[in-house]
Amino acid sequence: MSVSVRIPTPLRKLTDGADEVNVEAANVGELIDNLEVAHAGLKARLCDDAGEIRRFVNVYVNDEDVRFLEGRATALKDGDEVSIVPAIAGGRN
Amino acid sequence: MSKNETSKSYVRALKCRECGQEYPIEPTHVCEFCFGPLEVAYDYDRLKGKFTRELIESRPQTMWRYKELLPIDGEPTVGVQNGYTPLVRARNLEKYLGVSELYIKNDSVCYPTLSFKDRVVSVALSKAVEFGFTTVACASTGNLAGSVAANAAAAGLESYVFIPHDLEQGKVLGAGIFGTKIIGIRGKYDDVNRLCSEVAGKYGWAFVNVNVRPFYAEGSKSLGYEVMEQLGWKAPKHIVVPMASGSLCTKVDKSIKEFIKLGLIEDNGTSVYGAQATGCSPISKSVKEGSDLIHPVIADTIAKSLAIGNPADGYYANRVIHESGGWAEDISDQEVVDAMKLLAEKEGIFAETAGGVTLGCAQKMIESGRLPRDESIVLCITGNGLKTQEAVLNAYAKPRIIDASLKEFDVLAQADGVK
Repeated sequence: MSVSVRIPTPLRKLTDGADEVNVEAANVGELIDNLEVAHAGLKARLCDDAGEIRRFVNVYVNDEDVRFLEGRATALKDGDEVSIVPAIAGGRN
Repeated sequence: MSKNETSKSYVRALKCRECGQEYPIEPTHVCEFCFGPLEVAYDYDRLKGKFTRELIESRPQTMWRYKELLPIDGEPTVGVQNGYTPLVRARNLEKYLGVSELYIKNDSVCYPTLSFKDRVVSVALSKAVEFGFTTVACASTGNLAGSVAANAAAAGLESYVFIPHDLEQGKVLGAGIFGTKIIGIRGKYDDVNRLCSEVAGKYGWAFVNVNVRPFYAEGSKSLGYEVMEQLGWKAPKHIVVPMASGSLCTKVDKSIKEFIKLGLIEDNGTSVYGAQATGCSPISKSVKEGSDLIHPVIADTIAKSLAIGNPADGYYANRVIHESGGWAEDISDQEVVDAMKLLAEKEGIFAETAGGVTLGCAQKMIESGRLPRDESIVLCITGNGLKTQEAVLNAYAKPRIIDASLKEFDVLAQADGVK
């Protein structure tokens, strides 16, 4: 499944500035692993040591927070839009 | 600024609540690594033995008598007289509710704008001045807007306040009168908050609850410190706080833990309870469901000061409640009005809708047995009823109009059964 992933500003250093990348993945967990393969360092920013999505990182599949779907097991299909959004906006500019 | 060695401040760093990474003291609020919220960390070891009851008692009765535990470097420059509101023994409510020891922490008379927000704002603006900001701003459900506007005016700072467009008139007027630039947003508080994150990133102002939030939030602890001092250097067994973002809940808990750590009080095993209106109860719902996930909601309640559908500190409030052995409850808008009236008629305290939420939820938790009847309970009343008059316009007896005639009054007195 090819899905598009929107990357928030603070993480674009890891995607060579790209605000959107395309990834092959059958579910959200796989998506994060494949993101890491393509853009080393991303997974540590998104997941804690146990591999769980960090509390203040929101991952949306077609505008629904995956916490309220199946979490990392949330299935993806072709054309799905995934957004990664820090829960608290802002930070230093 | 070169830190600890040269500064009198006991503030050590900003620390991520999630991953523990530390940052220097700057106007920033999000961990760059894991996006968790930053919190002020203190050097408690240096404070031990120096920050004593005697020292505190020797100082003026303001929130700044606890200044070592508030995150500014020098002396406060904004809101120097704020805080130190009455703790009232609520004997009439004790009888009515069938409890043995009930207190009201009455921040409905907090100086200068009649809500507990004067505490957080005086810290945020004092810190903003230290950082060198000249314009301050906030996203607000009303009370914060008034407090930022007033305290900024007194401090000679420019201010912008952002509010939902449909707030109570008392809140709008109560901010606008101070000459602030007041912006009404077509949307809910959560929309206002999102916009303010973008504005804060662009304009370089001190947004008290965005980029200065770690400092701002610490101001709430002063409410907890005062309660403990006013109880005779003792923490209550139970304390009930209204929840919007959930921040007050976490900071009251922190205040108690700090006083225990510094040896100022004994650990009384205090349980913290949260109160919400059912029309906006994401935190209460998560507590009752035994979950730590906060599901954002679209807020719909007359308790507009608590109408935050996506509460920033919801997870931490939930955890404090859980770990302290407390509970959370929520009540309908009608119950909010009933409780506002009850508080006014029994204790002579006219609280805003959030105060109705706090008392109404406490009442519900007393009836359900969650709050024991025979142990000390403190209710935190955080805002003034004169600012939310719309909520009770049809809930009180209107004056009976007569001529200036004794005869006419006699008729009324007789009808009232006056002898």
